[in-house]
Amino acid sequence: MEEKRNLNCADEKVKNEVDEILKPFTQDKQNLITILNEVQEKYGYIPVIAQSEIAEYLGIPLAEVYGVITFYSRFTLEPKGKYNISVCMGTACFVKGSKEIVERAKEKLGIDVGQTTEDGLFSLDETRCVGACGLAPVFTVNNEVYGKATVKKLDEVLDELMKNN
Amino acid sequence: MINLTIDGISVSVPEGTTILNAARSANIDIPTLCYLKEINAIGDCRMCIVEVEGRRGFVTSCITKAEEGMVVRTNTPSIIESRKMVLDLILSNHVKECLTCVRSGNCELQALAEKYNVTSIDYEGEKIHYEIDDKSPSIVRDQNKCVLCRRCVGACKNVQQIGAIDSINRGFESTVSTVGNNSLNDVDCTFCGQCIEACPTGALREKDDTKKIFRKLKDNDTFTVVQTAPAVRVALGEEFGMEIGSNVEGKMVTSLKRLGFDRVFDTNTGADFTIMEEATEFIERIKNGGVMPMITSCCPAWVRFAEKNFPDQLDHLSSCKSPHEMFGAIIKSYYAQKFGIDPNKIFVVSVMPCTAKKYEAIRPEMENDEIRNVDAVITTRELARMIKQENIEFVSLEDSKFDDPMGEATGAAAIFGTTGGVMEAALRTAADILEGKDLGEFKYEAVRGGAGIKKATVNVAGKEIRVVVASGLRNARKIMNEIKSGNAYYDFVEIMACPGGCVMGGGQPIKSSKIRNVTDVRKLRADSIYTIDEKSTIRKSHQNPVLQNIYKEFFGEAGGEKAHKYLHTHYTKQEKYNLK
Amino acid sequence: MGKSIAEIEEIRTKKRAELDLRVNTSADTREKHILVCQGTGCTSAKSPEILENFRRILQEKNIDNVRVVKTGCFGLCSKGPIVIIRPEDIFYSMVTPEDCEEIINSHIVNGQIVERLLCKDVDGTVVKKLDELPFYKKQKRIALKNCGVINPEDIDEYIAFDGFKALTKVLTSMSQDEVIDEVSKSGLRGRGGAGFPTGKKWAFVKMAEGEQKYVVCNADEGDPGAFMDRSILEGDPHALLEAMSIAAYAVGANKGYIYVRAEYPIAVKRLQIAINQEREYGILGENIFGTNFKFDIEIRLGAGAFVCGEETALLESVEGKRGQPRVKPPFPANKGLFQKPTLINNVETYANITGIILNGADWYASIGTETSKGTKVFALGGNVNNVGLVEVPMGTTLREIIYDIGGGIPNNREFKAAQTGGPSGGCIPKEHLDIKIDYENLGSIGSMMGSGGLIVMDDSKCMVNIARFYLDFTVSESCGKCTPCRVGTKRMLEILTKICDGKGEEEDLEKLEVLAENIKKASVCGLGQTAPNPVLSTMKYFKDEYRAHVIDHSCETMECKAMAKIAIDPDKCKGCHLCTKVCPVNAIGGDVREIHYIDQEKCIKCRSCLTKCPFKAIGGGK
Repeated sequence: MEEKRNLNCADEKVKNEVDEILKPFTQDKQNLITILNEVQEKYGYIPVIAQSEIAEYLGIPLAEVYGVITFYSRFTLEPKGKYNISVCMGTACFVKGSKEIVERAKEKLGIDVGQTTEDGLFSLDETRCVGACGLAPVFTVNNEVYGKATVKKLDEVLDELMKNN
Repeated sequence: MINLTIDGISVSVPEGTTILNAARSANIDIPTLCYLKEINAIGDCRMCIVEVEGRRGFVTSCITKAEEGMVVRTNTPSIIESRKMVLDLILSNHVKECLTCVRSGNCELQALAEKYNVTSIDYEGEKIHYEIDDKSPSIVRDQNKCVLCRRCVGACKNVQQIGAIDSINRGFESTVSTVGNNSLNDVDCTFCGQCIEACPTGALREKDDTKKIFRKLKDNDTFTVVQTAPAVRVALGEEFGMEIGSNVEGKMVTSLKRLGFDRVFDTNTGADFTIMEEATEFIERIKNGGVMPMITSCCPAWVRFAEKNFPDQLDHLSSCKSPHEMFGAIIKSYYAQKFGIDPNKIFVVSVMPCTAKKYEAIRPEMENDEIRNVDAVITTRELARMIKQENIEFVSLEDSKFDDPMGEATGAAAIFGTTGGVMEAALRTAADILEGKDLGEFKYEAVRGGAGIKKATVNVAGKEIRVVVASGLRNARKIMNEIKSGNAYYDFVEIMACPGGCVMGGGQPIKSSKIRNVTDVRKLRADSIYTIDEKSTIRKSHQNPVLQNIYKEFFGEAGGEKAHKYLHTHYTKQEKYNLK
Repeated sequence: MGKSIAEIEEIRTKKRAELDLRVNTSADTREKHILVCQGTGCTSAKSPEILENFRRILQEKNIDNVRVVKTGCFGLCSKGPIVIIRPEDIFYSMVTPEDCEEIINSHIVNGQIVERLLCKDVDGTVVKKLDELPFYKKQKRIALKNCGVINPEDIDEYIAFDGFKALTKVLTSMSQDEVIDEVSKSGLRGRGGAGFPTGKKWAFVKMAEGEQKYVVCNADEGDPGAFMDRSILEGDPHALLEAMSIAAYAVGANKGYIYVRAEYPIAVKRLQIAINQEREYGILGENIFGTNFKFDIEIRLGAGAFVCGEETALLESVEGKRGQPRVKPPFPANKGLFQKPTLINNVETYANITGIILNGADWYASIGTETSKGTKVFALGGNVNNVGLVEVPMGTTLREIIYDIGGGIPNNREFKAAQTGGPSGGCIPKEHLDIKIDYENLGSIGSMMGSGGLIVMDDSKCMVNIARFYLDFTVSESCGKCTPCRVGTKRMLEILTKICDGKGEEEDLEKLEVLAENIKKASVCGLGQTAPNPVLSTMKYFKDEYRAHVIDHSCETMECKAMAKIAIDPDKCKGCHLCTKVCPVNAIGGDVREIHYIDQEKCIKCRSCLTKCPFKAIGGGK
């Protein structure tokens, strides 16, 4: 019961925050993706309650909002890990061995691409070109870029993060 | 006119005609899968591809307009190869349970595979397994059979403007589903079933309730009563190869008797009660300054829609139960009492053109004295399957009449099955009551026809009554928004969720896109219903002698206390979503 | 109140004099400008910190004749972060924030060049100035002319270098048709990939019926490994806005949208700054330069869908929907954004416009080949020494780009293939290295111009695996709308995976080819229609490699791990120990100067050692 009340409380908070995000926008469907980008930016994912607020505000079916969210890879339905490991899979990085780096990350974290570790510490993504082709291969931890990466360098970075937590 | 050549044949068509339709006019049948007239034209499936001289690549004939001087080829080896490849690929990603699929024999994918002689699948590969959604009382959703034609999305989102289902995910993982893959039961779906009518395969179907009926029919301790809705009799024959709109009332009754029902009654009788009660309620609202306009409530998909989308406007809905629920209540009260049957042992089955009626029957309010009004609802399609299973040669059956004393119904009740029918039937009765005499007027032309919204002003007893008839939920929403905002004033509103009314209900025989593209199915079925009305000896509900007798013996006054107990209901706000 | 033409000219004269030292090495001034690249590449290597450090140190030392300027990309990203000192044009590469102190003390204060930070060319020669680098010699910068020269966040700097001259010219002295004629005559073709003549596109939109028209910029550069458009947006955003204004005037539009990837935060920020500045100056808005012309631009962010680079998918996305392409016709010129006539060009196409208007169509048409005029920007990447951004005249050969500009292949490896056109293009083998790059030539050898990604691959790359990489990309980026692309590319990927896993059969090659041809023919949009190209082109040029995979079940490069057993050739190993250092699992044994060996139990086949070995001693058999 207590838990449920907390949950409702949290929902209410998200609802109010999302309403704030919505305010500057006209109730025009063309704003959907811009709004979703802002919500994603704020929460790191798009909570269900936010989805229904947006649908209601723009006067479009909730399934359509969901359809748009699941179409664009930038939008996610679950929160990411504390450390989001993102390995660049742009061609420049790929030909310099980024696949090996992903494989190693999968092995070390015990998760697949797109998943989050059970303790919520790490999530793993493949991205398409972070724009640092000169530093290929590249991986990022949250917004920090690690260039000219090797499997060994990844190991070091992950070990360090694991040690600190 | 536009002149073009298709497969060497000169064709002349009006400007704006698609290549697909231009070809049809020359009896060239270009195959389609995702195209469905007035519902879906998005060019996804790539079956209707053709070659046009001077154009690079294939042209999508279902959306590309014919142009002057075009030279079109619809069947080159290259096109055929690609169509076969497309079918191979669709089938490689399809659960091939064809033998046990409800749509076997009536599946558009199966028909295309047959047409193109696809006898093996060269590109088998990974399939995504989806859980079947059978939580709702009305609709079963099996994405494993979905071919991504999105016709259902066209029906739900564009035609009905509900959008309970939509395209979700991307690429190979694309599918049609609800928000968060929740059950239709827990989202804004109204159970109208228009998606089922649009689906070319078995991905969407009605919840099958035939098994429990067979069980009850074999149980000697149960008194089984079946009632059939007005629209069923003009469509059932289609399931047995008969012409669209054939009136098979007599054969239907015979087959129901052969199936073993103890009594076969006509929901039309129930409809006469609905008119009696509704006309009375309407007159009372006018006289006592009640909430106006009054809106009909016999369509359960509409009621669910209103409860979810316009919870603050529920006062407008007539408190009358729908005809089959009224009739169920009468059977288990008046009839049971009169014939000394234990109402607990009566099992009432309603045969409906509708999937939402399955949901209506399990609504908690639909009971009296702790006895359910209706115990099972099956659609026209399910009835056809029961008949087939029981070795009944339907087409050559002799005609029978509904059982007495509840088989008598009026022409007014018959037209319930089409959009505008309830309004017309109610006006016939209300006018007579208000004028205090038999006006003899039957036809209210303004509320007839297939238009989605029909408005009229009729003069009844010196009073202008503004009426509007809406079919299709998109139109319902439009009218409700008008009412809510106070921008329009009406006295009486009829709303049916399915475009065209019950004759086009979600439980009716499924017509392939090929038929729907060239035939006005609604009109054929509706015409048949109006013919029934015209041939009826009694055409006004309040003149039905059975009804008059039951009021005298049991209910007393129309709109009276007892009538309210058994024949009326109430509505409650519903959450639009109950997401997991 | 907006600025008049006279006021703009006044800013130009004043600012141009102030910035002369940027382009004139013999400028007579005691001022110096330290230019620090703030493109995405250098930014990820801490260039913002470098910028801050310079500013802080200068302030501490009270040096007031030196200005620190943030600029866009200089091009040679592999040497980043890059710092250039003007007017002397000294070029420091791979600068760290810690180097700032030394640069100021030595270079600025004492006039002593910091030798250790100078750039070394591939052959080891030390290069002091940008212009001396072979990397720059064969380039011709039109679209990138301001990148690395001006501060992209300062509209006045843009004005100083001819900014808004073209727009003024168009608004005051040219009719709509004259503008379109000029663009047509220049021979400019769409730089987004397909190469449709730009002038023709503009003419279609102008002719289309409708009061409301739109101008859209496709800045959804999704091709993995391509960053041409990003560099223009980051380095010279006003050039894009000015060109869009010119286009809007020519076609009769009053509203513009720029659809840009949300993954390009720096570009988005600079674009927004530029738009705000132009609004402030009245260059966007009503009555621009006192004329009747009105125009405004809004940014729309993409959200991670490659298919939105397809123009109709992009329009759907701008409208707030899933980015699923529409069936054409109708084309956007007639029914585009919100069903209104719409002009869509990509960033690089627009970036050529002001040059054409100012210097004339004849000037532009004099550059390039018979069918492809002007220059093309390429993002040169992969196994090549000089990774970066290059702009070359059409007709330059691949060999010139890869060897003269790119400095050849590193690590003593051999060239194997160059990939252009990204997931829509193909792999070009050695025998076509001397092909002159233009739209037709690339098409004729099974590739395409594409947006400008140019990835070089050395002989350690398995072409089947590369094909699989591209297919993997297409499968995850397919929108899912039409059957051939949605299911077909998935099936192709499955077959390729089977082959790479060593389970392929000979008949798989034919199946793959038949499927590929049908996907090309039957798909709705460009993505599906070109998705099979990487497979078809590798099958064409590297058939033997495919056959080795399916018949012998072997992968020479060992990239296909299922078939790989990595071993050290005792005849070639010099015991240099480089491999043991990179091995993440300590699977390599052997003392220094002794022959090394690999413990197969421990080896995870990551190939780190294989690419590191300078003697090509690591390879293996089946």
